[in-house]
Amino acid sequence: MNRVLLAAFLARAEVRSALVGLAIGLVLALVLPSLPGVGSGLALRTLTVCAIYALAAAGVGVLYGRLGLVSIMQIGLVAVGGWATLRIYHATHLPFEVVMVLAALVTAAVGVIVGLPALRLSGLSLAIVTLMVAGALEVLVTYAGFPNGGDGFLGRVSGGTLAVIMPRPALGQSDDEFFRYVGVVVVVVLVLLRWLLMVRPGRTWAAIRQGEAGAVSLGINTVAHRLLALAVTSAVTGVAGALLAASSGILDPTSFKAQQSVLLFATVLIGGAFSLLGAVLGGLFFYGLPQLLNTVGLDGNLVFVVLGLGLVQAVTTAPAGIAGQLGALWRRLRPPRPPRPSRPSRPSREVTV
Amino acid sequence: MSRLTLSGITVRFGGVKPLDDVSMAFESGVCGIIGPNGAGKTTAFNVLSGFALPVAGSVDLDGDDLLAVPAHRRARWGLRRSFQQEQVVRTLTARENVLLAAEHSGSPTADVDRALDYVELARPYRLGAELTMFERRLVDIASCVVGTPRLVLLDEPAAGLDPAESERLLGLITRIPEEAGALVLLVDHDMDLVRAACGTVAVLDFGRRIAAGPTLQVLSSPEVRKAYLGIDEEVTT
Repeated sequence: MNRVLLAAFLARAEVRSALVGLAIGLVLALVLPSLPGVGSGLALRTLTVCAIYALAAAGVGVLYGRLGLVSIMQIGLVAVGGWATLRIYHATHLPFEVVMVLAALVTAAVGVIVGLPALRLSGLSLAIVTLMVAGALEVLVTYAGFPNGGDGFLGRVSGGTLAVIMPRPALGQSDDEFFRYVGVVVVVVLVLLRWLLMVRPGRTWAAIRQGEAGAVSLGINTVAHRLLALAVTSAVTGVAGALLAASSGILDPTSFKAQQSVLLFATVLIGGAFSLLGAVLGGLFFYGLPQLLNTVGLDGNLVFVVLGLGLVQAVTTAPAGIAGQLGALWRRLRPPRPPRPSRPSRPSREVTV
Repeated sequence: MSRLTLSGITVRFGGVKPLDDVSMAFESGVCGIIGPNGAGKTTAFNVLSGFALPVAGSVDLDGDDLLAVPAHRRARWGLRRSFQQEQVVRTLTARENVLLAAEHSGSPTADVDRALDYVELARPYRLGAELTMFERRLVDIASCVVGTPRLVLLDEPAAGLDPAESERLLGLITRIPEEAGALVLLVDHDMDLVRAACGTVAVLDFGRRIAAGPTLQVLSSPEVRKAYLGIDEEVTT
């Protein structure tokens, strides 16, 4: 890459914000557990799970923000990733990293299988189909349960045998270490996703979002590229499932209700569907907010009220979500610079739910 | 020298026939399709792009059966199209827009800068959202000439431009055949542009071809003036 191209690359706002995000993410992941008060216990475990759900939120955000696809089955796919992780681990006892990659592939395959018929639909129809899939997956995991070391395909123990817990990854045994482990995995996956958005698939997705006819006349196979997006976001969601499984070594079907997928979609809209910062905020709202409400002695179900109000606010005044508002605030507050030849503006679009 | 032939094309949407047994032939250079609103011009483009499937007829360019090529493969085959409503992707830079056209038509990426030089677009690293209407039209033209196009369809390329900008765009359009070696088909309501750009035109009215031939000759024929320009209007040539 020659110097002019490199300079132009670095001058792009999205590249700079990605690099800043990468730095902040890594520092947070590595330093946060050392801080007094956060260092151990509930707060750290909560933040760990928030970081994990940031991946699922990123999947929702990319599908909606980049392709205009409303997918309300992401929590179901987290369950698929978690189920595949436990199933593969108990069958093979491979290192966690290998299991995680395999689980991501399984989840991508499930996402694509759902997508094949559903992508012929659009808009509201796709949203409804994915919600039905989320419901179906909820029923399936409730019926089958998550593998816990037993025999057979479902891998459930029975008759008084003790359940087997999947151990945490070798590099993340304690809560501290596991938080750092999750933090690094999440940052790496988000950076890969960010990179993907800046190269050919990301460009192609942007063109599809701009308009189907225009995309086809450019020579884009729109169905294939939508499937690719589903595969990629499902794989990322599968990684979230794997990390969740590793967190406690065992999973409970009640964590994967279909309504959670709706909640996740709402938190992504509130956090911001057009940036990965929005996904991180989405993860915080999705899992952190109910915990916070519980901690201060309120019913965690109040989260539906809080997020409902937040959603109304986002839809009416902030289509790019909180991440978009933070970006606008930063552009207003930062010291004035000499005028640059180009100053990309953040996309702002109508958000319809 | 390329030759595009549409033979007996009929398109039916329910009970409506936007194109009814239309045959047209275009030979190299810049050619026009004109006609009043609803005449079937854009439908003809949609047939060539693969968005509308004719119930009868065939399209042939230098021996290739265009209708046998799926819509998204036609860019690779050598088809380029700009739309009445320009389709520049707002969230990508101007250069990335042209790069997309190159990537998905199987053209070398080195061609991207050549195409941008051809339209003389300044600062191609700006986002589509930041470009003026004229600059977006330039990006459209650049996307149309990238690689080795064989057939370029321009649907009202000068819509929304002022006369000076139209003039510059006209210069670019008329040079496409020699620069890129493609046959250019133009649909426009701006008769000055059509007259200046197109050597030959075909005239559609209510889904039928009512005239075809050298532009000046066709525009002055009474039948065309009646159907399209209004019988009373003087056509200065």
